[in-house]
Amino acid sequence: MIGSVGAVAARDLKLAMRRQADLVSVLFFFIIVASLFPLGVGPEPQLLKKLAPGVLWVGALLATMLSLPRLFADDYRDGTLEQLVLAPQPLGLTVIGKVVAHWLVSGLPLALLAPVLGLQFDLETDALLILTVSLLIGTPALSGIGAVGAALTLGLRGGGVLVSLLVLPLYIPVLIFGAGAVDATVTGMGAEAHLSILGALAIGGVFFAPWATAAALRISLE
Amino acid sequence: MNIHWSSFSDFLAMGGYGLYVWGSFGVTALVLIAEPIVAVRNRKALIARLKRQARAERGNNGSNKEQ
Amino acid sequence: MNNRLINWFKYASPQSFYPLAGKMIPWFAAAGAVFGIAGLWIGMAVAPTDFQQGEGYRIIFIHVPASWMSMFIYLVMAFWAALGLAYNTRLSGMMAQALAPTGALMAFLSLWTGALWGKPMWGTWWVWDARLTSELILLFLYIGFIALQAAIDDPRRADKAGAVLALVGVVNIPIIYFSVKWWNTLHQGASVSLNRAPAMASLMLWGMLLMALAFWMYSIAIALYRARTIMLERERGTEWVKETLAAEGAK
Repeated sequence: MIGSVGAVAARDLKLAMRRQADLVSVLFFFIIVASLFPLGVGPEPQLLKKLAPGVLWVGALLATMLSLPRLFADDYRDGTLEQLVLAPQPLGLTVIGKVVAHWLVSGLPLALLAPVLGLQFDLETDALLILTVSLLIGTPALSGIGAVGAALTLGLRGGGVLVSLLVLPLYIPVLIFGAGAVDATVTGMGAEAHLSILGALAIGGVFFAPWATAAALRISLE
Repeated sequence: MNIHWSSFSDFLAMGGYGLYVWGSFGVTALVLIAEPIVAVRNRKALIARLKRQARAERGNNGSNKEQ
Repeated sequence: MNNRLINWFKYASPQSFYPLAGKMIPWFAAAGAVFGIAGLWIGMAVAPTDFQQGEGYRIIFIHVPASWMSMFIYLVMAFWAALGLAYNTRLSGMMAQALAPTGALMAFLSLWTGALWGKPMWGTWWVWDARLTSELILLFLYIGFIALQAAIDDPRRADKAGAVLALVGVVNIPIIYFSVKWWNTLHQGASVSLNRAPAMASLMLWGMLLMALAFWMYSIAIALYRARTIMLERERGTEWVKETLAAEGAK
């Protein structure tokens, strides 16, 4: 079971490595969004420190969302997806593999890049650490929930905007607890509670949402 | 069940909250009236369109027979 | 005696549901009007002034029913969605599609009246209160559902995709509400507290319940009406629609 999930993930990773430009553009989007905020609200360090958790989390969330259509679009175009749906392996497991691969090329790099951007906002070391940890825990949930939206909008005109309309309301809990964890660290309250709820959301996103995604894929391919 | 208001202008003023109360009720009334109107209009447009299509089909069949 | 039993599944086909809905709509509309008039009479003419909020509290007579309906309609939508996915009935998707615009309008009314209530009571049009925020997110969920269905040309796919989205939404609503509440208690000062419900005089309660019933009946009537339109459009080309259209013309 784990082997088949791994095989799907490995294949998707290999494909993603062939189009590194996509990967890099998502990261640059994150950098640009995070850098626009100080230009918009002014350079006061106190204000920026207060805004940082929210800004960085929203930026990571939007960057993840931008990369969602890529999750199934290529396989849909060349017909691979149809074969995956017909394969004897449960489709839910295939989706888990694809979600893992998506996280490895979007969520993981975003989480590793975030502390560098956090420096721009004058965050302390412990806040930077929690920011990275919260993104590491939270972004899998974003990939998993986002996959449902990507599957539902497969092959539709205006799919990109539609995905954001469907997915963003569902991202709100992840955003609240993710940014809340960093905020709690900044104000000295401790982030354990936030992080454990974030972990629960991530488990839901990676292990339960894929079955809804599988149902959505079958509907879209009918 | 006595009427609470002593005059009509009292009723309109709503104890100083007139703008908010009537703003709420007005927009609600607007929505609850507009929604059925739009629904009726959509239905009529659809029925007219379907009838046109039906007539067009019948017309085609008729001309085919004449040939 | 067996054929005396009403076969409920008979009404699951659009062909037999269409005339049934047509018969039911006037009754629901009339009930809505009666409840509405009674509720408005009690709420606006008879009910006493609230000792804390003066006359401004009267917004409650539409705010609370609209909020209830916006949540209830989403649940009903999800129910139809689940039914449609489980039994593959054509009617379920049509009902869900017919309900969504009314639900979205109810959510909008809830927000609008909430803002107009908040301004005189708390001095601001909007507070990021847990309930207001959740209601806003509910409106987003409705808009997502409507946009998704509008983007899909094939009605069968639109129904099923909408059903999956509605079910995912319904699972998420408690999580969203819980997280917004948590977020709110962390960030909010003690300035505004909505949770302390003032003890309501029984007349006020009656007015509110009557208005809620009126909104409920209205929603059923308009959703059935819209469902009938959707049935005609989707089943065009079938015999029963052609007969129905011919009968419409005779009137």
